[in-house]
Amino acid sequence: MNRLNQLFAAKKTPLLSIYFTAGYPELNSTVDIAEALQKAGADFLEIGFPYSDPLADGPVIQQSSQKALENGMTVELLFSQLKDLRKRVSIPVLLMGYFNPVLQFGVENFCNACAEVGIDGIIVPDLPIYEYEGMYQNCFADHNLSNIFLITPQTSDERIRRIDNLSSSFIYLLSSSSTTGKNLALNEEAEKYFARIQEMNLKNPTMIGFGISNRESFDKAAQYTRGAIVGSAFVKFLDQPDSMNRLPEFISSIRKQ
Amino acid sequence: MNKYQVNENGYYGDFGGAYIPEMLYPNVEYLRQQYLNIMYEPEFQREFQQLLKDYVGRPSPLFLAERLSKKYGTTIYLKREDLNHTGAHKINNTVGQILLAERLGKKRIIAETGAGQHGVATATVCALKGLECIVYMGEKDIVRQAPNVARMKMMGATVIPATSGSKTLKDATNEAMRDWINNPIDTHYIIGSAVGPHPYPDMVARFQSVISEETKIQLKEKTGSEYPDYVLACVGGGSNAMGMFYHFLDDENVKLIAVEAAGKGVHSGESAATTLLGKEGVLHGSRSILMQTADGQVTEPYSISAGLDYPGIGPQHAHLFKVKRAEYVSITDDEAMQAGLLCARLEGIIPAIESAHAFAHLEKMKFTGNETVVICLSGRGDKDLDTYTKYFDL
Repeated sequence: MNRLNQLFAAKKTPLLSIYFTAGYPELNSTVDIAEALQKAGADFLEIGFPYSDPLADGPVIQQSSQKALENGMTVELLFSQLKDLRKRVSIPVLLMGYFNPVLQFGVENFCNACAEVGIDGIIVPDLPIYEYEGMYQNCFADHNLSNIFLITPQTSDERIRRIDNLSSSFIYLLSSSSTTGKNLALNEEAEKYFARIQEMNLKNPTMIGFGISNRESFDKAAQYTRGAIVGSAFVKFLDQPDSMNRLPEFISSIRKQ
Repeated sequence: MNKYQVNENGYYGDFGGAYIPEMLYPNVEYLRQQYLNIMYEPEFQREFQQLLKDYVGRPSPLFLAERLSKKYGTTIYLKREDLNHTGAHKINNTVGQILLAERLGKKRIIAETGAGQHGVATATVCALKGLECIVYMGEKDIVRQAPNVARMKMMGATVIPATSGSKTLKDATNEAMRDWINNPIDTHYIIGSAVGPHPYPDMVARFQSVISEETKIQLKEKTGSEYPDYVLACVGGGSNAMGMFYHFLDDENVKLIAVEAAGKGVHSGESAATTLLGKEGVLHGSRSILMQTADGQVTEPYSISAGLDYPGIGPQHAHLFKVKRAEYVSITDDEAMQAGLLCARLEGIIPAIESAHAFAHLEKMKFTGNETVVICLSGRGDKDLDTYTKYFDL
């Protein structure tokens, strides 16, 4: 049981997770933002480590990644920033990013470093199941790290079952097959997809991500799953003046306190 | 053949695979299940061969370059891919993939392009088949390669500038992949090089393999043997080289030489010599060799030829490099430009600057006089006249 499993077991109201890019807007703002988000009421966090070629991301997160790299962010620096994470932040924290920086850092080293600073899970959208199972699953498990898989409206039932079997905390449901940052289409098709997943009675809880930007989309997501993940909308918000002091305002614009 | 070809898991030794986000999985998986069945249907083959003959103008000649042969003291043949419709080898692959896209029921075609040759070859086959065509091209390349942009537009394609990252080929590829993520149902992505997630590298290599298939037949007619001593080709992502090597891979007596672009010098900081400067990594869906920082950020390559400045190489090339089946060498801008001029002056053929890299390596080889050498003349130099003219102050 890591912090993620405990959270999903303990809390029954809709969960809100926030994504932000490490090193953006300021190089050393990572842990400050994490602490402020916890204080403002976020249930868990996803910290993105930037990559030069984020091909599954929309413009907002692409730009934050590019800025973070320009600011000098690296995987190594991120782990050194996170050294005191657990003195200041107690909610679950995941790292999210593309596989190449992990590969260069060394998958084993990466898992070690995650365990040392108190990371609970990893989301690597371009790490395929085949490679994960064959080469990396044990390493993740040895360090008590959950690997979070994504599924889309086009993912087959058979594949969803396989992903459910490989998952150990939650499954990340993409609201549509698209890059991040678009508004969640509250249409019949999306709801049919959410309902289909609900009816599959998966072993793992699900969270909806991509296109959650306001209370309406959050509430809709929470009808079908344990909650939702907000990424682009928050990264955009960080760009506004005085955003750090207005985090509670942002959180309550998404989820009723 | 299996030693150098893709295995059932999509790997060439340590390289290849399909490192793609879940959003792309259904499309890539469906393609993986279908591509071989479709490609080897008799009706597909009939139409493919017919178009290669009547539309592309194949077989492309194998030309004995007598004056070049005399200069280097050996026998040199040029495989004339420059004579194909649209002026390069790229069309072999786009003809194949457009027929595949039709059979997959796709209505909309996307492509990435660097120098514009693959964009033009894609726009061409889309016009031929009446399919919508969207080409992603780096903002910087659109400026550098204006004539090819005009050609694409004339054939009805929409050219969308890639404004992210470094605004060149790798970013155009990212944008094309994002388009595919956002349009998973009606769209087929025609990748232009032997890169990308499995099955793309294998599929592109198979469509380009017509180059070596013809070469063997033509050599047999001309020399009595279908095997040359040396085969040379330039490598960016590596599709012309893969096509040129394909049917020679299993004959270990045939020495395969892949020529990368060293730009202003391998260690100048402005180079595209991937096998020398790169490390194993993952980009655009496959595990290969990649130019990158210690932190795993992809670095921007440089070459005077826009078709060679890609930070990776196809996974099959990475494998051939690692197991030493092919030799990977590099040639600077200056060496390539001189070789291009030499070919123009000695043979009356202006090669693409990409292809000129392969010619330049002849200077570094030692010949006894009895060798047969085949160079893949992958494209014509019309698109590069501006660069040649300025370089030589002609």
